[in-house]
Amino acid sequence: MAKKRVVTTTLNGSQTEFLCEPRQTLLEVLRDTLDLTGTKEGCSNGNCGACTVLVDGRPVNSCLVLAVEAEGASVQTIEGVATGEGLDPIQKAFLEGAALQCGICTPGFIMSSKALLAQNPKPTEDEIRFYLAGNLCRCTGYDKIVRAVQDASQQWQDQYMKSCHEKGCH
Amino acid sequence: MRDFEYEAPTTLSAAMELAAKHNGAARFMAGGTDLIDQVRVGRLSPDVIIDVKKIAELKALQHDASGLRLGAAVPCCEIYGHCGIVSDYSALADSCRIIGGVQIQSRGSVGGNLCNSGPAADSTPSLIVLGAVAVIAGPKGTRTVPVEDFCTGPGKNVLQPGEILVELKFPARVANSGSHYRRFIPRNEMDIAVVGIGASVVLNDAKDRFISARIALGAVAATPLFAKAASDGLTGQPVNDESIAAAAAAARAIATPIDDMRGTKEFRLHVTGVLVERVLKAAIARAKGEHVDCNVGH
Ligand SMILES: Cc1cc2nc3c(=O)[nH]c(=O)nc-3n(C[C@H](O)[C@H](O)[C@H](O)COP(=O)(O)OP(=O)(O)OC[C@H]3O[C@@H](n4cnc5c(N)ncnc54)[C@H](O)[C@@H]3O)c2cc1C
Ligand code: FES
Ligand code: FES
Repeated sequence: MAKKRVVTTTLNGSQTEFLCEPRQTLLEVLRDTLDLTGTKEGCSNGNCGACTVLVDGRPVNSCLVLAVEAEGASVQTIEGVATGEGLDPIQKAFLEGAALQCGICTPGFIMSSKALLAQNPKPTEDEIRFYLAGNLCRCTGYDKIVRAVQDASQQWQDQYMKSCHEKGCH
Repeated sequence: MRDFEYEAPTTLSAAMELAAKHNGAARFMAGGTDLIDQVRVGRLSPDVIIDVKKIAELKALQHDASGLRLGAAVPCCEIYGHCGIVSDYSALADSCRIIGGVQIQSRGSVGGNLCNSGPAADSTPSLIVLGAVAVIAGPKGTRTVPVEDFCTGPGKNVLQPGEILVELKFPARVANSGSHYRRFIPRNEMDIAVVGIGASVVLNDAKDRFISARIALGAVAATPLFAKAASDGLTGQPVNDESIAAAAAAARAIATPIDDMRGTKEFRLHVTGVLVERVLKAAIARAKGEHVDCNVGH
């Protein structure tokens, strides 16, 4: 058997070391070794997006990444999205808008939405649908998911404007 | 998944030494979006995976007056995020925007798309029409192969054991030129091309005649095809519906599609003609400096 490797990453902001075999995917290690079971396994072949995590800020399918490749990288999972102050605006919007039913797809959608809003804070409906095309949902029919992302985008802007106002930026 | 060793060399020579040492049992990996699943389902059974993403030459992206050098492992998101590629090698950016979803685009590379050698690979027709040449390094030295001669069958190509695709080299964009890639799929995104067409054109200064053109077809034969007769036939022709229709007919004539769940042979032939016309028109518009909305799915 191939020798196990020690991998050092920044996982949800803290430096983390884990042991893995070269053949283990990042998804397997997150769930089975690190007990971060928020990241879900759907298809295991890159089609469903349930396993989406951010590596160095970019969304990837963790089922198509070898865990050894995470050496030196920064990995963010759904467990790292809420802050000490509470849920992220995207998480709140999904909850308030009932944008989930069984919930299996939700962590993946939230990670992809985070990446979208970080790069395009005011996406159009078309842009949201296109960006989220790599995430599949068998329950909701997508409309509520798209609306939740629109709401989160709005909340984000309102919050930003408010804090700017308080700080006297404008 | 099958047990294998993982290596991530930082130089080209180290990668080639590793490949030679493992004598056919090693497999190069760029983004892994094809490879990892192929190993998981047992279609490939390498003893060693050689990750090429730490090799500087394979991650290079250099655009200047002499042309474009695109490292084989540069992911799609960096390609369509590069202004120079979007403006001067538009067909390539069009392809990279529709390969998989954003998660695939964060990792999947044009080099991997080419080396996987699927008949429906979305970036290969664009490489062909943009005149890209594959730079291949191997135990016997470095050689170059025009992309239209790279694939030899479904999943097969000219790479010999131990050879690695280093980069794709493109000539500089010339004046009055434009290019486009478009595919037909039943969904708006995340599907395999039923037909995929790339085209590039160079027009005269008055922009009413073709100086030259290149058309390439995907998913209608065992490999992506350079439609040479259809392309050459446009040289010197006026830019009008007749010349464009003649090119579409000539392109259809070399397509040898199969019937499968994605489309019948008859349908694919029809769509080939329709798409060649549309893609040529978009390439012409770009050559004239017009903006072409390439919103995917529209
Ligand atoms: C959900 C999903 C959707 C997809 N959608 C599309 C799509 O719309 N269009 C499309 O065309 N493809 C699609 N693909 C296929 C795949 O993502 C692309 O082919 C991608 O470009 C492969 O690049 P990679 O860097 O991930 O290749 P890898 O998986 O790393 O490698 C692919 C093959 O090339 C070999 N290889 C890689 N680099 C080199 C090199 N430098 N030298 C020699 N050999 C090398 C590998 O050994 C392997 O055999 C999709 C895949 C998935 C999982
Ligand atoms: S589990 Fe990774 S994409 Fe479906
Ligand atoms: S809520 Fe069930 S798959 Fe999306």
